[in-house]
Amino acid sequence: MSRDRRLSWMMIAPALLLVTVLFFAPLVRVLMISVTEPTPGLGNYALLFTSASIQRTLLTTLRICVFTTAITLVLAYAVAYVLTHARPAAQRLMLLGVLLPLWMSVLVRAFAWVTLLRREGLLNKGLMSLGLIDHPLALMWNETGVTIGMVHYMLPLGILPLWSAMRGIDGRVLAAARGLGAGRVQTFGRVFLPLSLPGVIGAGLLVFIFSLGFFITPAILGGGKTIMVAEYIDTQIQESLRWGVGTMIATTLIATIFLLMFVLGRIVDLRTLFGAK
Amino acid sequence: MDGVLAPGRPVRALGWTVICFLVLPILVIFPISVTDRRFLSLPEHGISFEHYANLFTSPQWLGSIGQSVVIGIVSAALAVTLGTLCAIGCWRLSSRASEIVRSLMLVPIVVPTIVYAIGIYRFWVDLRLLDTYAGVILAHTVTSIPYVVITVSTSLAGFDARLEQAARSLGASMRQTLWRVVLPSILPGVVSGAIFAFIHSWDELVIVLFIASRAIFTLPRRIWDGINEHLDPTMAAVASILILLSVLLLLLDMTVRRRREG
Repeated sequence: MSRDRRLSWMMIAPALLLVTVLFFAPLVRVLMISVTEPTPGLGNYALLFTSASIQRTLLTTLRICVFTTAITLVLAYAVAYVLTHARPAAQRLMLLGVLLPLWMSVLVRAFAWVTLLRREGLLNKGLMSLGLIDHPLALMWNETGVTIGMVHYMLPLGILPLWSAMRGIDGRVLAAARGLGAGRVQTFGRVFLPLSLPGVIGAGLLVFIFSLGFFITPAILGGGKTIMVAEYIDTQIQESLRWGVGTMIATTLIATIFLLMFVLGRIVDLRTLFGAK
Repeated sequence: MDGVLAPGRPVRALGWTVICFLVLPILVIFPISVTDRRFLSLPEHGISFEHYANLFTSPQWLGSIGQSVVIGIVSAALAVTLGTLCAIGCWRLSSRASEIVRSLMLVPIVVPTIVYAIGIYRFWVDLRLLDTYAGVILAHTVTSIPYVVITVSTSLAGFDARLEQAARSLGASMRQTLWRVVLPSILPGVVSGAIFAFIHSWDELVIVLFIASRAIFTLPRRIWDGINEHLDPTMAAVASILILLSVLLLLLDMTVRRRREG
């Protein structure tokens, strides 16, 4: 090995070692616990097929994640589309509106939604004083509240990759389609939309993956009534001390995410999605 | 892109409505933080700063802020050092092996924090690092490194490798080249990575919920407790200050990035 290469590896080593020992090893440990506690074997995994509470949680999680991803994608597509075509000044302002929440503490954002959505919150008070409703609406501690909070969190994560995909579309192709007699709707539907589709799939899977294991916002806006998988893991371990069950679900969650990443990796370059390239 | 498919009025309206949906709910916290009432509400008869006074005289809140600052700065410094070295190493090698390393470094971003938190909890039980500064700082460092590797790698992608070769052939040692040629030109990416790493630690809740208890009570944990137990306007004061801080850091990052591009 040349001196140059050796030096490069010496620069990589500390970070790689730290991440291996303090990230990957604990992760493997989680997997091991799931097949050894309380007794060795796949007993914990059998619960996936027999436990009603686990199945209910997984279904709730799936439902919320699908809705969140669908709503986020539609709204993010609109924002990315406007962003792509906006004049520089409007574009800067819009981008600020996207980045600002992205940089904001997730707890602060969840807190803001609590002040707005709770029974005696600003939204209910406002609607009642306007005479639009007689009784406060149930806007949180249910799936509606969780979905609102999650869409709010996921939007920037959907907008940015979509925007970068749309920026990469060659305007001349669109001009050519128009020049050849296609109408605006046709040009959009048969040229722009298909060209932006890899971005849509990438952004969609990204949002879906982040939604699956999301803890803070669902826990706060679900209020213990709507329980998603991350909160279920937390309760199993912190309260019931059922490490086997908690780690089994954690392992299932990671396996699902890695599977999705694998699919995602075949469609788009993952590093582009994370801005690493 | 030119105006071939410029969005019509309804689409533009939808786009800007979504932006309002993103920003307005956050801004609501400011008026609540200066309410004259003792519960979460808009100001009724006038503006009052008593909740800010409460915040800045509370030993609990100040203690948590102090702990979060220390943990954030130390873990960001560690993550930036290790992450930058790793990114430069990968960039210099640019081989299959270093591509794999860079991909491995992305994994911590997609693994749900709750899964990592239970893993590191068991680890810290064995090593007796539960509820210590070292335990929290190490966990935050490990989970921040990926962000640093990404931002520095992006900077390096725009750096002309011939500059490094030129410095070397003019007789600069490896260390001189890295320190005086490579590092200065990727500095914006390094600063950006540092800001990211700090925010990551400063906002991190899920890991500390597992590996900290009495001795380490960071700001996010204090806020979490507040939201779950007593929703009082002091929370709105804390949240307002945090919002201003994120705006400040965002503007700082944008300035650094503009310098990088310019």
